[in-house]
Amino acid sequence: MCRRENNDLSGNDVVQSFITGSGSFPTFASLNSQLRILVLSLLPSTISDPKNLGTVLHFIYLSSGEGMGGGIRQLLEQVHRLSRRCLFRVLSMGPLPTHLAFIMDGNRRYAKKRGLEDGSGHKAGFSALMSMLQYCYELGIKYVTVYAFSIDNFRRKPEEVQSLMDLMLEKIKSLLDKESIVHEYGIRVYFIGNLGLLNDQVRAAAEEVMKATAKNSRVVLLVCVAYNSTDEIVQAVKRSCVDKADRDVERIQLVDIEENMQMSVAPEPDILIRSSGETRLSNFLLWQTGNSQLFSPDALWPEIGLRHLVWAILNFQRSHSYLEKKKKQL
Amino acid sequence: MSTIIIAFNNTDIAFNISPKPSMEAVPCSQLYYTVCLLSLHNHHHNFLFNQFHKRMISLRVPAPSSFNLQRLNSQALERRWRLGRDCFLSFSPSCVENRIGLGVRSTKSEMAPFTAAEEETLPEGLQPELMPKHVAVIMDGNGRWAKNQGLQPWDGHRAGVEALREIVELCGKWGIQVLTVFAFSTDNWIRPKIEIDFLLSLFERTLKSELETLAKNNVRISIIGDSSKLPKSLLEVINEVEEVTKNNTRLQLIVAVGYSGKYDVLQACRGIAQRVKDGEIDVEEIDEGLIEQELETNVTEFPYPDLLIRTSGELRVSNFLLWQLAYTELFFAQELWPDFGRNGFVEALMSFQQRQRRFGGRKS
Repeated sequence: MCRRENNDLSGNDVVQSFITGSGSFPTFASLNSQLRILVLSLLPSTISDPKNLGTVLHFIYLSSGEGMGGGIRQLLEQVHRLSRRCLFRVLSMGPLPTHLAFIMDGNRRYAKKRGLEDGSGHKAGFSALMSMLQYCYELGIKYVTVYAFSIDNFRRKPEEVQSLMDLMLEKIKSLLDKESIVHEYGIRVYFIGNLGLLNDQVRAAAEEVMKATAKNSRVVLLVCVAYNSTDEIVQAVKRSCVDKADRDVERIQLVDIEENMQMSVAPEPDILIRSSGETRLSNFLLWQTGNSQLFSPDALWPEIGLRHLVWAILNFQRSHSYLEKKKKQL
Repeated sequence: MSTIIIAFNNTDIAFNISPKPSMEAVPCSQLYYTVCLLSLHNHHHNFLFNQFHKRMISLRVPAPSSFNLQRLNSQALERRWRLGRDCFLSFSPSCVENRIGLGVRSTKSEMAPFTAAEEETLPEGLQPELMPKHVAVIMDGNGRWAKNQGLQPWDGHRAGVEALREIVELCGKWGIQVLTVFAFSTDNWIRPKIEIDFLLSLFERTLKSELETLAKNNVRISIIGDSSKLPKSLLEVINEVEEVTKNNTRLQLIVAVGYSGKYDVLQACRGIAQRVKDGEIDVEEIDEGLIEQELETNVTEFPYPDLLIRTSGELRVSNFLLWQLAYTELFFAQELWPDFGRNGFVEALMSFQQRQRRFGGRKS
């Protein structure tokens, strides 16, 4: 982003850099959607004189940098936030889910579709995850589970696995930052899975985050890394066998297995959302999603947005009364 | 020619469906009926045929196109068939006295007999090498279907059995090797007793009557689930059916009665705990393969379904086949189960064949 010292550049230079993509200015393509709309709406008035356009763009860049406090961007964000709050207030009129689970599928396909390099799909996926988390916690959903990395994914090419691990390490460490979403919403983070399969650095970072957020209690984020539902069940069965080794085998009940599951810190998910249109569970939360509503929008994970979340919740509300009736019968 | 029998007395009308007038196998979806009305007063005709029409729909049989009334005396009737009271509706006419036998016949086109060895070509669009080996079905929507048609819930279940027959037939013809159906879940025990009794007796009767057809068509039946709550007579029939068909190879039909995915894992856990206690295996040796062996689906070579179909538009798995569904493709059909026939099944298979299954890896 530009700094104050670039003030003396002429409008023409700005336009040139903007169009050709050279220099230190970001291009049109890299602007976020709000700014793009703003630029396009200003174009007609400035088309006669490029210098005008240049000054306008200059102003936009300045406003979106840290220098001026990010004027326009902040304004747009405030507008969005307000309209979201109204929308969420309407949604809260009906029953809201307590626990949402996401399978973040489609990052590589997204990168391919956009013609980007391989690793950037996952980065885009991460920012989509952050915005989804923000929406969920603003709406008041207490538990969110995400499927970050499966044990089956270790079978991919070593370079890809390594780049994913590096990305995860970077992002896990960033959760500890002061401005991260963790502190903003008071999130308690759990890392669920066979953490022994991860390399030492990632595991250490994960444990550090878990320890640091252990006191938070407002909302909970469960990140499943090196996770397979069948693996989780095997571990729980092992622990139950050890616990009940001295007692009668027939005494093993469902609760014994359930309390030994790593996911027992959260209730069962109400909705399971899998992006990219595939309808399968892929060994995720098999035990816990017996009665969850399954939802598979066609959008790839980086393309997932507020509308998918709202649609999922509306569907949940529609079938909620019928499900509650059934639950009462049980 | 198909005809229907209705027995009619002062207060109720009962249907008896005699499925096979001859000993040759009859196509499952086309049944023979003989109709006889024991007593009928003139102005009850319309009402009766209305009810009768509704009953036909509940049996998933196209209603007769015309009625042909004939007089039969009651003795000829006794000789021909036994009053089984399969279907039943209450009716109190204002005056019914003469016990006159009347026959009603409908015209229907000729039906081709079903031959066991027939291999039907797949419908257009389906590729034989991409057919799933194991298909699982949640037969949901019988109650709602019956309600929509203005019938009782048990009529919906009967219609469901007919739909199941059709699907079993298609699986056998198209080379699907295992078909698992979710007949009765542990959650269903909370339904009203009359419905549960009907369901279990329907199950028993269907098993008995279909045993011959299944044996002839080389179908193997296995029943999985918690059998402790089932009535003894049903258990005996189950044992007999499993024993008789255990060597058949064409299609394995697994019926889940009193089954729940969590219960299955629990009993596997108990089995493993027992083995650990006996010293047969070490706790450290417990892994996924061991649990797979202990699950109830070990009766088949392909315990993991490739495709799960759930009808009636509900988007849930409802605790059916938990462990085994790890990589199963799910298909949710909008129709209710009695309406889910061949068309719905073809649609599900086509959707399955278009999916890319990666099992966590990368598609090369």
